[in-house]
Amino acid sequence: MPMQNEGSSAKVITEERESKPVGLARAFKRPTATTGLVGWLTTVDHKKIGIMYGVAALFFLIVGGIEALLIRMQLAVPNSELISAQLYNELFTMHGTTMIFLAVMPLGAAFFNYIIPLQIGARDVAFPRLNAFSLWTFLAGGIFINTGWILNMLPAIDKAVPKIGWFGYANLTSAEFSGIGTDFWVFGLQILGIASIVAALNFIVTIINMRAPGMTMMRVPLFSWMVLVTSFLIILAFPAITIALACLMMDRLFGTGFYEPVFGGQPILWQHLFWIFGHPEVYILILPAMGIVSEALPTFSRKPLFGYAIIVFSGVIIGVLGFAVWAHHMFTTGLSTIAKTAFALATMAIAVPTGVKIFNWIGTIWGGQIRFTTPMIFALGFIWMFMIGGFSGIMHAAAPADGQQHDTYFVVAHFHYVLIGGSLFALFTGMYYWIPKVSGKMFSEKLGKWVFWTMFAGFNITFFPQHFLGLGGMPRRTYQYDADMGLNTWNMVSTIGAFILGIGILLFFYHLVMMLRKGAPSGNDPWDGRTLEWSISSPPPEYNFAAVPMVTSRDEYWARKMIPEKKKLIENEKPEKSIHMPSPSWFPMIVSIGILIGAYGMAFLKSGYSFVGLGTLFWPIVGLLIITAGIYGWAFEGPGGYHLHPEEEEGSGGYRKKEPSDKSK
Amino acid sequence: MSQAVATHDTHEEHGEHPTCTGIPNKKMFMWAFLASDCMFFGCLIATHMVYRISPPPGSPDLQGILDIEIVSISTFLLLMSSLMMALSVHAIGKNNLKSFRRCILATVGMGMGFLLIQSYEWYHFVHEYDLTLTSSLFGSTFYTLTGTHKIHVIIGIIWLMTYYFYSFSGKMDHKSELDVEVAGLYWHFVDIVWIVIFTVVFLLEFVDM
Repeated sequence: MPMQNEGSSAKVITEERESKPVGLARAFKRPTATTGLVGWLTTVDHKKIGIMYGVAALFFLIVGGIEALLIRMQLAVPNSELISAQLYNELFTMHGTTMIFLAVMPLGAAFFNYIIPLQIGARDVAFPRLNAFSLWTFLAGGIFINTGWILNMLPAIDKAVPKIGWFGYANLTSAEFSGIGTDFWVFGLQILGIASIVAALNFIVTIINMRAPGMTMMRVPLFSWMVLVTSFLIILAFPAITIALACLMMDRLFGTGFYEPVFGGQPILWQHLFWIFGHPEVYILILPAMGIVSEALPTFSRKPLFGYAIIVFSGVIIGVLGFAVWAHHMFTTGLSTIAKTAFALATMAIAVPTGVKIFNWIGTIWGGQIRFTTPMIFALGFIWMFMIGGFSGIMHAAAPADGQQHDTYFVVAHFHYVLIGGSLFALFTGMYYWIPKVSGKMFSEKLGKWVFWTMFAGFNITFFPQHFLGLGGMPRRTYQYDADMGLNTWNMVSTIGAFILGIGILLFFYHLVMMLRKGAPSGNDPWDGRTLEWSISSPPPEYNFAAVPMVTSRDEYWARKMIPEKKKLIENEKPEKSIHMPSPSWFPMIVSIGILIGAYGMAFLKSGYSFVGLGTLFWPIVGLLIITAGIYGWAFEGPGGYHLHPEEEEGSGGYRKKEPSDKSK
Repeated sequence: MSQAVATHDTHEEHGEHPTCTGIPNKKMFMWAFLASDCMFFGCLIATHMVYRISPPPGSPDLQGILDIEIVSISTFLLLMSSLMMALSVHAIGKNNLKSFRRCILATVGMGMGFLLIQSYEWYHFVHEYDLTLTSSLFGSTFYTLTGTHKIHVIIGIIWLMTYYFYSFSGKMDHKSELDVEVAGLYWHFVDIVWIVIFTVVFLLEFVDM
């Protein structure tokens, strides 16, 4: 993956401004390295954090992809016994969980981290160390929730992988019916929830508070706007699943009866709580995608985004309505007619702002000087494929029709059209669009188009037939089907398509490696871009902007390139001689490790396994102590900081000046 | 230049770095977190309500169990602690460390008083009425909800006591006002949530519907 070009345009002078470290902080002396392993482990630089999010997300994309291929292999022919039924259940559970929480969300988070500060003209996020904490906690959650695959290999433990579906409906999850795998799922999602909420809080503050001077809210680039909406969705939706999971934990570990009918509990409560989170979650996956596409389309059409304001408001309305539609996942659970009607209407209403966006994207490319680059065709593919997913979505919104489609492959086809054809295509748009900025290298268009068309063909061959399969009566999550049900042909086609899609993704990784190794230098502005990230070098210097830009219009960088008077404005922006940077820190990672240890302890609490202190409160307490110690170390360490001096002139060479240590507190 | 750098740093350290909205980053973070926490308690309270609206058979007779008088006293204590919290913020803003410490101790003291009374109530429930976490669904939702609130209060107490001890290090002055204020926001929120819990879990049980 792309590496930060260290100190390419800066002379670094580090200075320990922080006074004596207190207590535990002494043991973890403030790291100063910005390169090497320690540099990456302790970094608070949003760009490095973004890259690490991206690498981890792509790794989990492969893991989830292999799981998907195994599922498709099992379903290729009728009555197949290629894999066991238990493994099959584990695979579809982990495929969904991995793709949503460990691939698509963090791939989005990679762009949040890398691009947002650049787009809004900031030097970093509002809370750099908290940002590092989100990364490490996400990684801890990813490792934790996948631990079962390794534990299953041990003779002493079985059922360590969850097999309850990504939705974990009660009572599949009750202690009677499932093993320690469910505990791994419960605490894994809890950890990922912490990571997401903390990151979202950070981005809310960053986008609202850290904009460059002159960048009013209605000048904020659309991607940043959609991330703001997404962040609000995250902080308001995730608490619902936190509570749902906490109640489940109480049921499983401490014998309560929230979802246990024996106690008078109602399993349906889980469904409500889960979907109050779960439906906003799908907008959490799609809104950043819409933001990315809204950046790429204007750039490659050489036109401003058509109807900027209405696109922003549509995004906000989608976010708000997203909280009022959760029960459309539950039309078949026996809701009252009035509830069904209300949720059906609210669901259909969401199609309006979505349609508005699609028409505005068409308006953007209408009459533009379109360049069919790889990111552009991914963005166009997004519009088309997302619309197909949207249309089948409207069909589900009609409650009577949904009764027919519910839990069939028709639904599987629908949400893969919005999640692959929608989210993933847009994330690929983003990767091709911004990777020249991240790596400083340019990719070959020819191979890029091969990647797109292979993925596009594979995706449609996989999932379009699933509409037919679903309407033909094939239930989702089914392990086998009989040969005389008329499902054979399309299942085989779908499996072949899945492998083509897999080849497309592999081709992308090959493309990525080729580009990083042999790509030509991309220059600062390879696409003739419109937003501020294209005004700085590729890859950007550690401090992003030598001079904080004074923003005077919506497409600021475009305006600067096109309007001569604005060019003069830039000349008045003097690069700062000394830029304050936050110091790296060990503590974010330490707290995350504490969470990881505590979670292992909790997952094993009632497992019946008792080795190395597992099955007792020992490890949860150790985890809690590490978390507490880490938080105190973090708080007393302070933000710290050192100064960077952007080079004034190219070739001024050995300009280095030692800053006096600042003790004047 | 080093002078300019110094002021810049001091400002940033106390979160007073100029922001677009004029609201310091830390404060906005806390407000957003509290919005999230609202949903958190909202879901817990809703869970409790769901099982109170249609109580499963075998639910205890709550009018005979709940003791409004003693909970009112603890509620009063918690609400008054908010007043002391506000005074602590004021005191540190005026650089009056002595008053700051007194007010923080009073806040924490009342918070502890609240916890003590609530713990007595739990003890009472368990030993007088055999109401435990697993004895009935009301027990499950009641202990989970009030327990979660207790954990919030405990975190608040630890946070405030950290400021109390830190104030002896000589590093706290009027510039720490923002930090204390952020802790105060959290503390007030925990109190406000208790007003909702007190109303919904305790008072509503005595309304004949």
